[in-house]
Amino acid sequence: MLLTIRGLTKIYPTREGPLAVLRGVDLDLDRGESLALVGESGSGKSTLLHLAAGLDAADGGTIILDGADLADMTDSQRAALRRDKVGLIFQQFNLIPSLTAGANIAMQARLAGRNAPDWNDYLARAMGLADLLDRYPEELSGGQQQRVAIARALAARPALVLADEPTGNLDEANADAVLTLMLDLVAEAGAGLLLVTHSPRQAARLGRQVRLVMGRVQT
Amino acid sequence: MIAVVMGTLMSHWRKRPLQLVLLLLGLSLATALWSGVQAINAEARAAYADAAGLLARDRLDRLVGENEAPIAPARFAELRRAGWAVSPVVEGYHAPSGLSLVGIDPLTMPAGATPVGQDDGPGIAAVLAPEGLLIVNPQTADRLKDAELPPLFAVEGLPPMTAIGDIGLVQRLLDQPGLISHLVIDPDAPPGLMALAELAPELDRVSPEGDGDLARLTDSFHLNLTAFGALAFVVGLFIAHAVIGLVFEQRRATLRTLRALGVSMRVMVGMLLVELGLLALVAGIGGVALGYLVAAALLPDVAGSLRGLYGAEVSGTLSLRPGWVLAALGLTLAGTLAAAGIALWQSATMPVLAPAMPRAWARTSAKKLAWQGATGGLLLLLAGVLSLLDVGLVAAFALLASLLVGAALILPLAMSAIVTRFARQKGGPVRQWFWADTAQQVPGLSLALMALLLALVSNIGVGTMVASFRQTFTGWLDQRLASELYLNTRSSAETAAILDWVTPRVDAVLPIWSVSGTLNGLPGEVFGVADHATYRDNWPLLDAVPDVWDRVASGEVALVNEQLARRTDLAVGDQVALPGGSLPVGGIYSDYGNPKPQVLVGLALFDSRFPDVPHLRYGLRIAPEKAAALGQEITARYDLPAGSVIGQADIKAYSLDVFESTFAVTDALNILTLGVATVALFASLLTLAEMRLPQLAPLWALGLTRRRLAGIELVRIVVLAALVLILAIPLGLALAWALVARLNVAAFGWQLPMGLFPGDWLWLAVTALPAAALAALWPALRLARMPPAALLRMFANERG
Repeated sequence: MLLTIRGLTKIYPTREGPLAVLRGVDLDLDRGESLALVGESGSGKSTLLHLAAGLDAADGGTIILDGADLADMTDSQRAALRRDKVGLIFQQFNLIPSLTAGANIAMQARLAGRNAPDWNDYLARAMGLADLLDRYPEELSGGQQQRVAIARALAARPALVLADEPTGNLDEANADAVLTLMLDLVAEAGAGLLLVTHSPRQAARLGRQVRLVMGRVQT
Repeated sequence: MIAVVMGTLMSHWRKRPLQLVLLLLGLSLATALWSGVQAINAEARAAYADAAGLLARDRLDRLVGENEAPIAPARFAELRRAGWAVSPVVEGYHAPSGLSLVGIDPLTMPAGATPVGQDDGPGIAAVLAPEGLLIVNPQTADRLKDAELPPLFAVEGLPPMTAIGDIGLVQRLLDQPGLISHLVIDPDAPPGLMALAELAPELDRVSPEGDGDLARLTDSFHLNLTAFGALAFVVGLFIAHAVIGLVFEQRRATLRTLRALGVSMRVMVGMLLVELGLLALVAGIGGVALGYLVAAALLPDVAGSLRGLYGAEVSGTLSLRPGWVLAALGLTLAGTLAAAGIALWQSATMPVLAPAMPRAWARTSAKKLAWQGATGGLLLLLAGVLSLLDVGLVAAFALLASLLVGAALILPLAMSAIVTRFARQKGGPVRQWFWADTAQQVPGLSLALMALLLALVSNIGVGTMVASFRQTFTGWLDQRLASELYLNTRSSAETAAILDWVTPRVDAVLPIWSVSGTLNGLPGEVFGVADHATYRDNWPLLDAVPDVWDRVASGEVALVNEQLARRTDLAVGDQVALPGGSLPVGGIYSDYGNPKPQVLVGLALFDSRFPDVPHLRYGLRIAPEKAAALGQEITARYDLPAGSVIGQADIKAYSLDVFESTFAVTDALNILTLGVATVALFASLLTLAEMRLPQLAPLWALGLTRRRLAGIELVRIVVLAALVLILAIPLGLALAWALVARLNVAAFGWQLPMGLFPGDWLWLAVTALPAAALAALWPALRLARMPPAALLRMFANERG
């Protein structure tokens, strides 16, 4: 199993007292599988994604990613895991503004020491970015920036792609096109995909759906 | 991975080269002014060390005549015959070349005390050769290469304008055959010799002091320079802090993304430190170069001041010392880390999921402002307490520091309060928005405004002190230099001949006889003064008993200078200890520019106590229009060397030159500090301009043209600068008072009356406000010419 989550809990302190965002979530995802995580705002979808990526520490439960327990890892080890095995796609793109689109695409692959220019070119062509590689993020539209972010996540051929509402800022037509590309490329790379979305239509296009309600998986 | 992370961090600077330029400029300027001052200090201290090391004065005992009287050659011979390994030395000033000559006997001088016979020095034979040889430092050799002198031999490590030669040669050059100024005692004297006190009771054995006299005397002067350098350094760091703070804030999203992509915090912080180190190195090299230029430009004035105030010879040319370069680079690194400390700490402790807050840098919470203001208030209170105490140099500097830092810290709170008050006033919508928006801008601009305040306060403070000093000093010179001519002779015989001729031709001859001695435990000088209206009418007494001049003339009382009175806590009526017995203090007089204690006694008393002092100096009273001709006639008739007869106007001009060159340095540092503050303002405005667009775009959409918005931005900065200037005036006057009444007294031993010079404030306004407008001009022009698309982007949902 690529990703195994058991009894995951996360509590945030608030003015009104501790707020449990995740209350014992169990989840499994294997390579080549795609899973849509759906739910209302505040249901804990993004938190689950961040914990799976090792961006934050859980308050309880376990996350086993490719055989490694994230709870046992130091900051440096979690960073290395992200670098080598995880591709992250954020709703707000999070491109590096001082680098061109081409440099942004190659970024994670270079960090992981797996930069393959041919694969990057292929991704860029597939995403319709071939003519935009010298442009800086501020010179790209929102859809173009999101495609750069997806290409960046896939350039290092990660085992797991975690996408947090990757098409949330796009219109319907663009969102559909981007999702199609992403699913094709994830399948081609043989990665697992965990995608957070509000859109039932988009969720329906993935292999499985899991609904989070009040921090729990609705069965 | 490291290369990728470093490349990504550096890509920020490629995209924003102006930020890089401003950061490097801020750090370079900070380093330049500080290290420039340190270079000057190092040069001067090296000169003092050379002076202290001349003839190994810092380690060999000397025998000197009472009251510095010459030593008879016969006495020298007796001491040698008695087995004492003493060596004769003659010292004197050679007017034609301007050299201080030191004559030695190379055969008897203790080993290693002079360059003679050493690896880099001349051989004994060359020194004793018939044509002789003068040993000077390379700069002096170069300066005097065309002078009519014996051959010069250049050796490092000698003071500037000082020459060592064989004693016979120097006696000839000084026209003083047989003169011995003092004897150097070889420390390897054989045991069992008859005591020196018995052999030569009229000679005093003087042991070397641990620290050079000049070094101690000039400490306060260098401390003042250092304080200015430190102020400029702090102002420069404001620029660096402002830019670094913004850059870290702008890169927060990038840092977060890098972390999300798998860069560990340790690698990230390490790379940030390496980046800062590289920036510091580049800025440091620039700062060292600039500092060298600053020091080279200021050194001639400093050398002039030190020569005039303390008689310290410091070369006017600067050497590049490796220690200074390394210290400057180290300082830049420390300054960079200090400027980046908070931003670096925030980045190091930033959770990877922290949201990017590009405006956070510009916002300072009300709580933080209040804390900062409270700290500033406490420091001002401390300054108030310190101002009531009169406890020395350290307390005086603590007063200055707490005043300046306190004022800077409280400024944002004060500015916010003032601007918010304006914002509450009724007016048109644009005016209302202007003040409300200005209130919002104050926190973001606070660092730059603090830098501007520091520069303005120091300008007003130092300017007021200098102007007060100039006003007082000029009047004081008129009082003190009452004689129209001043005569210096070479011997008592020459004196007698000249006085015979000159007395019938002048209104009065006023002896100026002096002797060095211990005054109330401090080394100083005793002067004998004639009973004459010149003194009665002109001498600048600060306090005195009734009929003071009658009582001075009768030898009942002495007059002490302000320096001696302050240092030994003397008041009129107290006893002052003098060579030959103490006297009551009959009066205290101001003695600006003289670092040494001084006492005046009646001429008769002086003559009775110090009968052996040569009578070589006189003041001559004559109608001013006849003075120049008489001076020339005396010089020609008695074939006196140049400078033997000096006119009052020449001395005044010289004294004012010393004064002007002293304050030329502080003036220059003042102007440079104001320049640095302007750059700080420019840096902040430029970086804020980008963040201001979301606030300005709605105004543009509502109908204000870009040109008008740009104009408003320009006016805003001038208004803020004007407010800072208004606040700076009382603070500057407080600083001036602290300088005049506390620092000056602690450092130099005299106090002067403080004046107010509103014309100078007006001039500062005329300089500073356009400078502030200039700093705001480019950001305003960029706004005025901004394409509408750039403003429209502010309304788009996605701004990347």
